[in-house]
Amino acid sequence: MAEKIKTAFLLAGGCAGCEMSVVDLSEHLVDALDSLEIVFWAPTVLDAKYSDLEAMPDKSIDLAFVDGMIRNTENLHTVKVLRDKSKVLVAFGACASMGGIAAMGDLHTKQELFQEAYKDSFSTDNPDNVYPSPEYLLDGKYNLTLPAILDHCSTLDQVVDVDYFVGGCPPNYAFVGKLVNAIIAGDLPPAGSWLTNGKAVCDVCKRNPATTNQGRFLVDEVKRTCDDRPDPEICLLQQGFMCFGPVTQGDCGGSCLNVNIPCRGCGGPIPGIKDFGARCASMLASSMADDATTQKFMDKFNNMAKLFYRYSHTTSKLNHAIAGHKEDTP
Amino acid sequence: MKKIEINPITRLEGHGKIAIFLDDSGNVDDAFFQTVEFRGYEKFLQGMPIEEVPRTVSTICGVCRGVHFTAAMKAVDQVFGVTPPPAGRKLRELFFNAHYVEDHTVVLYALGFPDFVVGPEASPAERNVVGLINAVGADVGREVLRKRGLAVKIFELLGGKPSHAVSAIPGGWSKKLSEEERKQVEAWSQELVELGELTLKIFDDVVLKNDKYMELVTGDTYKVEVGYMGSVDPQGLGTFYHGTQKVIDSDGKLIGTFEGKEYLDFIAERVKPWTYLKFPYQKKIGPWKGIVEGPGTNIFAVGPLARMNVIEGMSTPIAQKHFEKFHATFGAKPVHHILAYHWARAIEMLSAAEKCLELSRDPEITSNEIWTKPTSCTGEGVGIIEASRGTLIHHYLTDEKGIVTKANLIVSTTHNNGPINLAVKKAARHFIKNGDVSPSILNYVEMSFRPYDLCLACATHTVTGGQSPLEIEIFDKDGKLYKRLKNF
Repeated sequence: MAEKIKTAFLLAGGCAGCEMSVVDLSEHLVDALDSLEIVFWAPTVLDAKYSDLEAMPDKSIDLAFVDGMIRNTENLHTVKVLRDKSKVLVAFGACASMGGIAAMGDLHTKQELFQEAYKDSFSTDNPDNVYPSPEYLLDGKYNLTLPAILDHCSTLDQVVDVDYFVGGCPPNYAFVGKLVNAIIAGDLPPAGSWLTNGKAVCDVCKRNPATTNQGRFLVDEVKRTCDDRPDPEICLLQQGFMCFGPVTQGDCGGSCLNVNIPCRGCGGPIPGIKDFGARCASMLASSMADDATTQKFMDKFNNMAKLFYRYSHTTSKLNHAIAGHKEDTP
Repeated sequence: MKKIEINPITRLEGHGKIAIFLDDSGNVDDAFFQTVEFRGYEKFLQGMPIEEVPRTVSTICGVCRGVHFTAAMKAVDQVFGVTPPPAGRKLRELFFNAHYVEDHTVVLYALGFPDFVVGPEASPAERNVVGLINAVGADVGREVLRKRGLAVKIFELLGGKPSHAVSAIPGGWSKKLSEEERKQVEAWSQELVELGELTLKIFDDVVLKNDKYMELVTGDTYKVEVGYMGSVDPQGLGTFYHGTQKVIDSDGKLIGTFEGKEYLDFIAERVKPWTYLKFPYQKKIGPWKGIVEGPGTNIFAVGPLARMNVIEGMSTPIAQKHFEKFHATFGAKPVHHILAYHWARAIEMLSAAEKCLELSRDPEITSNEIWTKPTSCTGEGVGIIEASRGTLIHHYLTDEKGIVTKANLIVSTTHNNGPINLAVKKAARHFIKNGDVSPSILNYVEMSFRPYDLCLACATHTVTGGQSPLEIEIFDKDGKLYKRLKNF
């Protein structure tokens, strides 16, 4: 039998949903384990400690996946260690590749985030005005330490060299299955690539006007999903539902659109685009029929950063400047 | 004083560590469970359209992938003052119960069972789902994973995505179920009921019939005396999607019941500087008394064991039989033995599977009426559900357009922060003696938090020989032998 591929999974600042996509391979996971040897999978699945990872020889792991973004000093340390130990490193899913949902935290200051969570929220009882602290001496004798929250979030490739990127929040298990097969077969593109079928969500959407003879029109209506229900056969964008399908990678098979809900871009930007949100804003603005439609859009979605950069704020060219200047977001 | 850290604690979702302080003779002076991460959802949800919140907050956890989505969508209904039509609600319940099955299965097999099927003192390299598959045999592993995968398929069919679903809309559900799809879901649900029965059989064979395990399950080492909270339906039976919250103290005395915004009369959360996780406590019992157990404590627990303690019975017939056996085994209520969380979880998994089957056979579920159109905005909503790990509360305020202005989330594992700390302290003091902190001893300490969050770790002995002989018989609904799986 050929030597197994030594494989690692590390959860950084994320929800472990990407790892669950691997578990969702279901019975095919058992087959994959004939070819993959899992040498590290923490904290979620294996009882491997960070010290075990540190003790491994450099480049002893063939293939490592990181899900989650870099949010605190522990994430930063562990991904650097994993990079040293691994031949190939994959940013696995929307958080590692683009920041993900929680990167919207950077639209506020760290102090604002803390104050809301530990002081101002309805059920919080904090009479002494204490906040979690990286180092605290309890009762004068117990020295307790916590990783410090970093001033801003980072994607994986902003802190270490990354060989491949995978989109999706999380990547669909069917796509993960294809990836695993490609990896086992040694069929990978040049380093630095996104692992994707290269198609946009629109290309895999069964409502695509180009394939259904619906005709293409400028958008003259703007609707939120609380306003109305769309016709299930007609392009969502053309019905006024702000769908990001044109600029999003379609490795999901257009899953949200299949249940009549607009795409929000978790799959990552189609090839050739670096700043997803900027391209998305430009795509929508340029498809609107007139100024009145644009005005409607601005009335209905008044926080555009949290719409266009829902999954990708950390890759925005503007984001660190915004984080530095932001006082509050209504 | 010498300090030992277990970092990261493993086989859970998210990041935590345990800090243990030893005195000069190498015994435990004190121990702390610390949550080491923070993301700040309460703040950054502000400014978002409320109907986009369910799919956004879902990402708080990718293991309990259906719970934040479901709590938020119930809150969103209230924000717009709408109630889903019966079929809309039933689709949501089917979706949510399918989530229960797949999530409880992951917890039991991938994260919990390894401790006692592979063994608590086994090599850490083997004590995981891969080692479990090696121990029980690839056929059993493949069958369990395949059946669990069917629950994920129901979740995906209804929710749009296999994780972080999107089908919630104010007043209903965006995906209609066709008759063809209903038949498919019914067939899958039948297999989920089989998975539930199979899991309880494994639990029975491996744990209940093992005297050493039962000594541990019913003994004092893994026992934490706190109050409990969970949802009940109008008959007092267990319910996951919607109910009234029932709160009891550590003696089992009723503290009260609440719905919606009344949660603020019952629960407050204390902040500590040494962990990012707050400590909820029962305000009705009195002001903050510290992280203490026993009579008078206002620390409380949630999750499968808590639910077993507050409900009068299960809402489905086969699970009800196991519920009765569960309480006959322990006798007195409330049950404070935390390793029983695992048994409770298996019973709930079966009950959720029965619920999926029941809903899939409901003729109304294929109705076209799955949505009530919102016509106004009330500006406030509280969604409370029984998440797989326990009571989950989402509370939102919005402006007149339904844009979020304030968010408050009390997450299941947060409720359990106090009990987990108590359990960790107790296990550390019991197992660590004279400075012996070998990896297997430290795994026993880790087992004290796993029942609450993701896992049971039921462990007094190591399975020897690498493989535990295991034979599983699966019967069809008529009681005929369908398949026999064995690893020897």
